[in-house]
Amino acid sequence: MQTKSAARNIFYGGSLFFLVIFIGLTVNSHMYIKNTSTNAATLSESVVRGKRIWERKACINCHTILGEGAYFAPELGNVFVRYGGKDDPEGAKEAIKAWMQSQPSGIEGRRQMPDFKLTDPELDDLANFLEWVSTIDTQGWPPTDAG
Amino acid sequence: MKYQSQKIAYWYFAAAMGLFAIQVLVGAIMGYVYVAPNFLSEILPFNILRMVHTNALIVWLLLGFFGASYYLVPEESERDIESPALAYGQLILLVVGTLGAVITYVFNLGEGNVLFGQQGREFLEQPLWVKLGIAVAALVFLYNISMTVLKGRKTAVSNVLLIGMWGITVFFLFSFYNPGNLSLDKMYWWYVVHIWVEGVWELVMAAILAFLLLKLTGIDREVIEKWVYTIVALALFTGLLGTGHHYYWIGTPGYWQWIGSVFSALEIVPFLAMVVFAFMMVWKGGRDHPNKAAILWALGSTVLAFFGAGVWGFMHTLAPVNFYSHGTQITAAHAHLAFFGAYVSMNLAIITYAMPYLRKSEPYNQILNMISFWLMAGGMTFMTITLTFAGIIQTHLQRVNGEYYMSVQDQLGIFYWMRLGAGIIFVIGALMFIYAIFGPKKVRT
Repeated sequence: MQTKSAARNIFYGGSLFFLVIFIGLTVNSHMYIKNTSTNAATLSESVVRGKRIWERKACINCHTILGEGAYFAPELGNVFVRYGGKDDPEGAKEAIKAWMQSQPSGIEGRRQMPDFKLTDPELDDLANFLEWVSTIDTQGWPPTDAG
Repeated sequence: MKYQSQKIAYWYFAAAMGLFAIQVLVGAIMGYVYVAPNFLSEILPFNILRMVHTNALIVWLLLGFFGASYYLVPEESERDIESPALAYGQLILLVVGTLGAVITYVFNLGEGNVLFGQQGREFLEQPLWVKLGIAVAALVFLYNISMTVLKGRKTAVSNVLLIGMWGITVFFLFSFYNPGNLSLDKMYWWYVVHIWVEGVWELVMAAILAFLLLKLTGIDREVIEKWVYTIVALALFTGLLGTGHHYYWIGTPGYWQWIGSVFSALEIVPFLAMVVFAFMMVWKGGRDHPNKAAILWALGSTVLAFFGAGVWGFMHTLAPVNFYSHGTQITAAHAHLAFFGAYVSMNLAIITYAMPYLRKSEPYNQILNMISFWLMAGGMTFMTITLTFAGIIQTHLQRVNGEYYMSVQDQLGIFYWMRLGAGIIFVIGALMFIYAIFGPKKVRT
């Protein structure tokens, strides 16, 4: 049987070993995200403003984005694709904005999205953010356009 | 209670139980919103409720960890806490921050403000001033406990506990980094969220479990401490690279599908080890400790953690499976049983053990406490099963057949009703537990 100090040393040495590998892979992934899987050229100020709107309205506590968030409302990582943005980007943006402005639906028995009272430029930023997110290389996820 | 400063734990546990009550009541309301979606939709929309539900959970679990540390470190170190005044100051800071965060969410104060507005990343929504307060509170705690441990007897239990708490603090620092690139944001967000709950929190859990088994079973310290180091080694060996199971579909490289699948599949091993450890110690231990409820919670915690974190985690962790199940009710099912089994139950175990000493209220009001265990464990298990069924159907209809999200949700109503029922049973159990712990002392007859 191993002794307590042997177990402790294995814990220290092994954890450090795996931590170093993890940090190394993180650095590699960081570069991969910057150079390969996301588009730095289209990551405009408007997109970043849209992300901040996404955050300050706590959208993620109903929706998922790239599968992460709450499960109360649809996935939005590919909402731009779902609205036909690949063929008609402007049409998809207008449709997303129109959807936002028509909430809450007030339909009895239907999940309600609040009226976030966004201005027109804010809606543009948010739509640009959702367009940019849809261009991230997600290894083919989600399996269907339903998200 | 051998040391006067252990009394600090009482107030941490009291604050933790207050937040626990808020957390489960809001959870029940959310369960009701799922079946009656117009309820509160104008006053307190679902996203606000969920922030309160998840944040209350995280903060009360941390308060429980802090309280557990203030209770067990004096006994391990064989001396009083370095500075009780700092410990109480830390508690006040955390309570003010928590109330500040809840008020910010509910009334949407300071929206968009850098310092005062909620920050909108899942679980890390706390306004910046609250995050800074949490960081300061954690540093005060680390100073206080580290000094106590350094000047006293050094044991594996206090050592592992301290490494866990240092890890919690260090990785929390990543919550201050929020780049405009969503993929980068997500990758470092998991540095807090995954490395907390599937990494360093397991160290704290193992340390508390070891302390309880030392006290409850009378097994030799040398045996217990060897187990503890083995368990936490397994936790970090699998859990660090296991972070990769969150890096499948967020813009990170494809190699994570292999690394994440292999290492996160092994994350079940430390949880299995905790089950074997706890049951072997209780079985072999010669001590007939009167606090049967604490033994029930400690054993129950390892079993429920094994199923919730281990089995339900494994169920959707392999990349080819996760491709279909990612972000469905499967995740919700896993999260509920994992948090309840591992961290809620272990906190309730140490509270059940410590509270009679802190209140000087032996013999224990055990029957009520043990009934509350079965109500909570039963309610949460049933909730997990209903959400699992909902998730399987959702995965098939939405991810395989490509049906739209809302039309799929409309077909899951029966499961959400059953989940609400399970949740109400759980709330009754939780309130019963709080009453058993704080209610009238039982008189020896």
